[in-house]
Amino acid sequence: MSDPDLKTRLDHLIRPQQVHRDVYTSPEIYRLEMKHLFPNCWVYIGHDSQTPNKGDYITAQIGDQPLIMVRHNDDEIHVLYNRCPHKGTKIVIDRAGNTGKFFRCPYHAWSFKTNGCLLAIPLKKGYENTGLEDTEAAHGMAPVGAMKNYRGFVFARLAPEGIGFDEFFGDSLSSLDNMVDRSPVGRLNVAGAPLRFMHNCNWKMLVENQTDTCHPMVAHESSAGTAVKIWEEMDKPEGTPTPPAMEIIAPFMSPYEFFENMGIRTWPNGHGHTGVHHSIHSDYSAVPGYVEAMNEAYGPERAQQILGENRHNTVYFPNIMIKGPIQQLRNFIALGPDKTLVESWIFRLEGAPEELTARTAMYNRMINAPTSMVGHDDLEMYERAQEGLMADGLEWVNIQRLYEEDEDFTKEAVLNGTTERQMRNQFDAWKRFMLGGAA
Amino acid sequence: MNRDEVIDFVYDEAWMLDEGRFHEWLDLWLPEAVYWMPLNWNQQDPLTETSLLYEDNFMLRLRIERLHGARTFSQKPKSRCNHVLNRPRIVELTEDSARVKTQMHYVETRLDEQQLLALTVTHDLKATPDGIRIAGKRVDLLNCDAAFRSIQLLP
Repeated sequence: MSDPDLKTRLDHLIRPQQVHRDVYTSPEIYRLEMKHLFPNCWVYIGHDSQTPNKGDYITAQIGDQPLIMVRHNDDEIHVLYNRCPHKGTKIVIDRAGNTGKFFRCPYHAWSFKTNGCLLAIPLKKGYENTGLEDTEAAHGMAPVGAMKNYRGFVFARLAPEGIGFDEFFGDSLSSLDNMVDRSPVGRLNVAGAPLRFMHNCNWKMLVENQTDTCHPMVAHESSAGTAVKIWEEMDKPEGTPTPPAMEIIAPFMSPYEFFENMGIRTWPNGHGHTGVHHSIHSDYSAVPGYVEAMNEAYGPERAQQILGENRHNTVYFPNIMIKGPIQQLRNFIALGPDKTLVESWIFRLEGAPEELTARTAMYNRMINAPTSMVGHDDLEMYERAQEGLMADGLEWVNIQRLYEEDEDFTKEAVLNGTTERQMRNQFDAWKRFMLGGAA
Repeated sequence: MNRDEVIDFVYDEAWMLDEGRFHEWLDLWLPEAVYWMPLNWNQQDPLTETSLLYEDNFMLRLRIERLHGARTFSQKPKSRCNHVLNRPRIVELTEDSARVKTQMHYVETRLDEQQLLALTVTHDLKATPDGIRIAGKRVDLLNCDAAFRSIQLLP
């Protein structure tokens, strides 16, 4: 599967401490990502609470491939290509819906079971003795190479052969586990529609920013710094509790030491997280009734262990980030070398107080919305970078902060929270999965 | 409060935003009033679903202070906006309160980009000794569920 020319080319683009600008700007590299990188990885599709009933579906994509996630009549979830095997028409175009017992192509009414199998063709006689059964059209809507529903989170691999789910994610699943375990019944469901924010920049810039701990106090001084200043200047009575909005925004202005001490953990295959020891989510006020519900469900010791984890951002290579402590997921959907759609989803913890959902919704609109003061400055930085990278004479993007020689990305590591090792870890994985995923 | 006063108020508020008189604009708000811009068509729940905006006085003040900050990078250069209003439709009117709905086209521009949004704005207004004040404002975008680029000022 490995292409020697591609390997030589990638070796020229990815150095241990630097990445060539073409990786972010070249349409050819983007095309190769669509052809190799995304199909060889396990990519997030959606949450099974989005399709609670038989026949419920959502549309999604891996790389540039249009997909449908659907609940079949045996309650199992299937991920199929969103393409009629007859003439190529997309079967559904809405973001979510219910198709009933079968999909019906709107062009010629070929119909398919919700597991993709061909159900019926109008005027079927016309195909007798034409050899239809030997064509791919006869097999119905094609499934993806592999799929896995992990505690409600559905991932798929397009390539028919490749790395298994457990091997791809390994111990990094501890972050997803922690997010789900925060529900007293171990179950999340999607709360409302996602924010959808369009960025004119390469998708990898967004993923890298999730573990970049040297930018918040600089890029977000205008919002978080101003918030802290206004709050301090306000004439408020002694003992006034800090409002949730301040709890959310003020930690963005934490000093470098805070981020250094929080730590970064990297796992094999490009996964990693900030906030090993503490994070910007550590000091949120308790929500009445929640700890009691957790103690009841898990016992005090285990409950304390679950709630004591305050991981900041966990990146699942290639293109999602989750925040366990506030049950949130961001999906960075590449639409072109310089175009990325960011979907920011929030989840409700089943069996827990609704105030937790309210805090998460507040976080989402304050930080991740196209109308958010924080998101505006992030977008500005990415787009300035996308334009700045066109400058000739400088060819490399530097990611060598706290670089050590012979870094071994096949092993878990915990380091100073301002290291750029997680970005290097991602590029190690990027190169391998571009070449088919072989270690 | 009479019809003309209510209608004039809605036009004046839009003018203030277009002229960038944000501090003066903030003075039009009652302290407990909330500015809501839903993410979904006919969204009813502002708290346990995400919205584009759901901001109290503190957050609106932060928004405005930030626009004037020295290190507000996404506002270098600054955005400008322009509201075009249909005649406001008065839904309820009493001596000291009113609910009024107005369809508007909102244009925001910065550098070479310009975006157009179609809005239905619902104002809840109250009469006070200092004049009419905003008790609540809901802005429904026609394409609320679309993928936007940054919307930096106040539709």
